[in-house]
Amino acid sequence: MFVTAAYAQSTTTEGAETHDAAAGEVHTETGVAHEGGHGSGVFPPFDSSTFASQLLWLAITFGLFYLLMSKVVMPRIGGILETRNDTIARDLDDASRSKAEADAAIAAYEQELAAAKAKGNAIASEAREAAKTKAAADRTAVEASLNNKISAAEARIADIKTKALADVGAIAEETAAAVVEQLIGGKASKAEIASAVKATAK
Amino acid sequence: MAGDKVDPVHQFVVNKIVPIEIGGIDFSFTNASLFMVATLAVATCFLYFTTSTRSLVPGRMQSVSEISYEFIASMLREGAGSHGMKFFPMVFSLFMFILTANMLGMVPYFFTVTSQIVVTFALALFVIGTVVFYGFYKHGLGFLNVFVPSGVPGILLPLVIAIEVISFLSRPISLSVRLFANMLAGHITLKVFAGFVASLGTLGALGIGGAILPLIMTVALTGLEFLVSFLQAYVFAVLTCMYLNDAVHPGGH
Repeated sequence: MFVTAAYAQSTTTEGAETHDAAAGEVHTETGVAHEGGHGSGVFPPFDSSTFASQLLWLAITFGLFYLLMSKVVMPRIGGILETRNDTIARDLDDASRSKAEADAAIAAYEQELAAAKAKGNAIASEAREAAKTKAAADRTAVEASLNNKISAAEARIADIKTKALADVGAIAEETAAAVVEQLIGGKASKAEIASAVKATAK
Repeated sequence: MAGDKVDPVHQFVVNKIVPIEIGGIDFSFTNASLFMVATLAVATCFLYFTTSTRSLVPGRMQSVSEISYEFIASMLREGAGSHGMKFFPMVFSLFMFILTANMLGMVPYFFTVTSQIVVTFALALFVIGTVVFYGFYKHGLGFLNVFVPSGVPGILLPLVIAIEVISFLSRPISLSVRLFANMLAGHITLKVFAGFVASLGTLGALGIGGAILPLIMTVALTGLEFLVSFLQAYVFAVLTCMYLNDAVHPGGH
């Protein structure tokens, strides 16, 4: 009730323009007299004598606030957020690129490792093969030389044997001749002795 | 003066500090003006100095500024779409100004700027004026589509249009009265209960015992009023976004 009455009063003072100035004076006078009390009987928020001042100062302060927000503060906060988003995006990019690089490096490493292993195996088997063939060749060479030596030795043995046998014939003939000379006292012809020795040796 | 202290309406009285009069109109620097300047200073300084280091990893205070920024940005983007983002400075300023004014009003002996109907009405008119001006500037007479919801049968159309026009015209009133009435009523209630504590406390031992109840109420109401202070700033900003949506997309309801 109080509010509506006050509002009605303020609207009537607004409506009657001729009274407006006078009413304003009355308000200000009472305002001064009561040290800011609402002695004028008007509910303070509906006291139209304060409207002009409030509107002016609201326009000044809010206008200034709007300017400061739109020109200084908001670009700054927006800039901070944008920088952060950019940084995060860039860091994520860097991270994924590093990961890709690491993966590629690992793949290359494994490939090289496999290649090296294969090469190592190849070298090893090659060396083994070479060693094997060399060993085989050596063995055959050694065997051949041994065989040669054996056959040479055998030939020499046979030679010596025949020589020895031949010597045995000559010695037998001499011995036979000497035996015959001693026993018979005559000399047997060489040919006869030789044929006789030959016949006995057989 | 003791009577004035208990009087719950006394806190809304506008006192002149520096009388200024231009052309017979009173433009005095009053306590209301002082707290408007204080609101401007507190909000600007907070937002300015908390973000001055521009840390990549924000501290607590910088986080508060950034969260308010992103809060309003997402609110506006959801409310009015990406085309509405050109009103971001306006909505952000409105929200921060009203929030700071409401919060400053919670400090004892401080004047509450938003408890003056002329202030909230001016802010509401600023919003609606922006909506109307931008709507006609951008869409011409197509802005009138705001009053014609799509998919309404022809017979009902005049009635619906009438309702839409009335609801549009009532927007500045509801927008301003909501904020004003909430702040006013809250502060009066607080003052009344706090007044009970003081007046009961003078009645001796029994009175002091009885004063505990309104004291608890006062404490609880103070918490509630902080919530209301934030909520009303939020509601004002959300409704501003919705109204701006009409200016940006007049046909789309």
